[in-house]
Amino acid sequence: MNFREYKIGARMFGFCLGGSMCITLLMPSFDFRSANSTEVALDKQLSAGWETGWNVYDPLMLGKNKPLKVLLKADPKTGEAFKEAKFAYVYNPGTPMPNAADHPGNLGGTVETLSREKGKITEFNKATGAVYLIQKDGDSLYVENATATKGWMPSDVMGKAADGDIEQVGKGKTMFVREGCWWCHTLLPEETQDWQVFGAPPYLGDFNGESPTAFGSDRKAPDLLHVGSRNSSKEWMMLHFFNPRLVQPHSIMPRFDYMWGDKDANGQAIDYNKWRAEYNEYHEGKRANPPEVPAYAKDSEIRSLIDFMLSLK
Amino acid sequence: MFKYLFAKNEDIPSGSAAVFFGFSSILWFVVGTGLGSFNAAKLAFPDFVTGNEWFAFGHMRQVHVLAVILGWISMAFAMAMMYITPVLGNTRLWSEKLGLWNCLLWNIGLSLGLTLLWAGIGSGREYSDFIWPIDLYVAVFIALPLAINVWMTILKRRVQGIYTTNWFFGAGVFMVIIVYLTGNLPELFHLTGLSEAYLTWWFAHNVLGLWITPVAAAIAYFTIPKVTGNPLYSHRIGHLHFWSVVVFYSTPAAHHLMSAPLPEWLKSFASVEGVLILVPAIAFVSNILLTMQGKWYMFVESLEVRFTITGVLMAIPLNMQGGFQQTRAINWYIHGTGWIVAHAHLALLGFSTFLEGAAVYLGLQSLMKRKLYSLTLGNMHFWLLLIGFSIYWISMTIAGLIQGAGKIYEVPYIDVVIAEHPYMIARWLGGTMVFISNIIWLYNMWMTARVGTVIPAGRMPHELAYER
Repeated sequence: MNFREYKIGARMFGFCLGGSMCITLLMPSFDFRSANSTEVALDKQLSAGWETGWNVYDPLMLGKNKPLKVLLKADPKTGEAFKEAKFAYVYNPGTPMPNAADHPGNLGGTVETLSREKGKITEFNKATGAVYLIQKDGDSLYVENATATKGWMPSDVMGKAADGDIEQVGKGKTMFVREGCWWCHTLLPEETQDWQVFGAPPYLGDFNGESPTAFGSDRKAPDLLHVGSRNSSKEWMMLHFFNPRLVQPHSIMPRFDYMWGDKDANGQAIDYNKWRAEYNEYHEGKRANPPEVPAYAKDSEIRSLIDFMLSLK
Repeated sequence: MFKYLFAKNEDIPSGSAAVFFGFSSILWFVVGTGLGSFNAAKLAFPDFVTGNEWFAFGHMRQVHVLAVILGWISMAFAMAMMYITPVLGNTRLWSEKLGLWNCLLWNIGLSLGLTLLWAGIGSGREYSDFIWPIDLYVAVFIALPLAINVWMTILKRRVQGIYTTNWFFGAGVFMVIIVYLTGNLPELFHLTGLSEAYLTWWFAHNVLGLWITPVAAAIAYFTIPKVTGNPLYSHRIGHLHFWSVVVFYSTPAAHHLMSAPLPEWLKSFASVEGVLILVPAIAFVSNILLTMQGKWYMFVESLEVRFTITGVLMAIPLNMQGGFQQTRAINWYIHGTGWIVAHAHLALLGFSTFLEGAAVYLGLQSLMKRKLYSLTLGNMHFWLLLIGFSIYWISMTIAGLIQGAGKIYEVPYIDVVIAEHPYMIARWLGGTMVFISNIIWLYNMWMTARVGTVIPAGRMPHELAYER
């Protein structure tokens, strides 16, 4: 570095790159921090949990240590029926808490204040678990830690919940990330079009606490941000995931039959080779109907993925 | 290679690290384009190899992308740096031993990361797909040793000035470390929501804009003057290129998310800055093409010049697309369609690959001191690569325009899928040609190492006539 020019150049380089990072990283971060969570964001982060990409609590991405979204029809303590059923987000003992619990600043504005003061969101104990609710105070939303405010324990809620009322959304989102659904299906209807078919584009506060957002960039298939509003049929989803060509002959989606696992809903072993052979016969016109798609077991991976799909309202 | 890992630095033959990087990069190119061809087959024929997660499209797509970026392109860069930086400094590589370890750790880390990714174990963030321990590995064991070697070689040079290529190399290795560490902040510190989404694309933009594009261009600044014997047309225009990349091209990250609810000022700023890519692009292309004055016959006769100039010519449509497709006026139509896929391949498989291909051809021949085994195979490589890429690019551009029309008129999506089908088949055929061309290249370079004519001391490979 013998020339004065190189010293000036090195400083200029640092100045330019630092300035560029100031404009493109520091300045937007103020805008991001000022975004208040919407109800969509609260539902997404509470139902998906701390992280649905790779993390140390779920190193093989099997959907371990994820919360459950449970439809409550009655108070789990008193048994008193609610006028309107509502969702509780159950974090069983040991499950990592949602981002809102240890970083309430992520919630933004009044949502943060109310969640701290009325919702007691910071008073959690990971070892005993927690139950969260989304509450309204006038026009303002907040997250309530019902374990701290009402004494609802995860076991109280889970003990009374029927399997049909439980949605494994957090595990399902993990499957969505692991199986690469987002390489073709975006989660981002565009602002300039897409309103009629794929629905409204998301708002600024729709993502607080969500990770990964998995917008997708290369759309080769329909946008899924509001898919649960367009199609809420579990049966259709089941056929479509097992072999998309059963319900849409022109689909180029891969088959996700391997997500059924070894056994079906009745505990019978699934004979994939037989199914594929029979499907091929149907495809070649040698059979009138395709073979029956096996019903999935309630702890199968596909069940959680379908739960996640239907949660995308 | 292994026998040199624990040898004394002085005992390791000069150029060893670059040669291993060169062959590694070609091997990864074969792997990466093979995966690309397989993925394309699945988009054309969805029931081709099915019912197994290891061969599911969603498991293989990102393996193709990262094998090509970190295996082929970045290792070819490492090869080019370890060959060119010492040549321009009239010295030896600072540490061949560090270079060899770098190559070994690079191959190990990349294989591990890609295997995990293939199993679906990733961060769920495009381009920064690797889990954060692998991201840190990339920064510390892949990028940092390379950077140290490049910087030390530049500092220990035995000439006074630093030539254009070495500015870009020295700055590029610095910027890629910064980009890796900053772009992965969401994973390292668990940033969520829009910060995560935006930083994903901040990373994706800058790894292309501050690593791949400038370093590829830097290679051309070496290859063309070296092989043609003409001095670089203008040092000043080189300055303009370098500083406009640093100032303008480090800023438009938000133009990848024009439809997301990011702050409007950020999108507008990114969009205006994005058009300014035309400044470094025009500076670069004009500088290289003007350097060719009086030597255009070499575009026909010399394989290295032909590869380089083809890549430079592809920078013209690349940057015209890149500058304008991200403005709101055009982006709404083509965002998220196959047009973008075509553009990305024009950048990496068109522009950048052809420049690096030339560097690997020239570098391996020079360092192994052997003339290319076969010009015929080299020509086959060039034409299969160029025609395969062109088929891919044209078919994906058309598919993207169809998709864009389908998008704005909101036709049922399945009709778009049906309309795109022939172009998916064409894309697969083009991609397969690229794959085959690289197998030919690997064979050609292997035979060059084995039986290529020995180049006499003091001569350059392009001074010898081709024999086959």
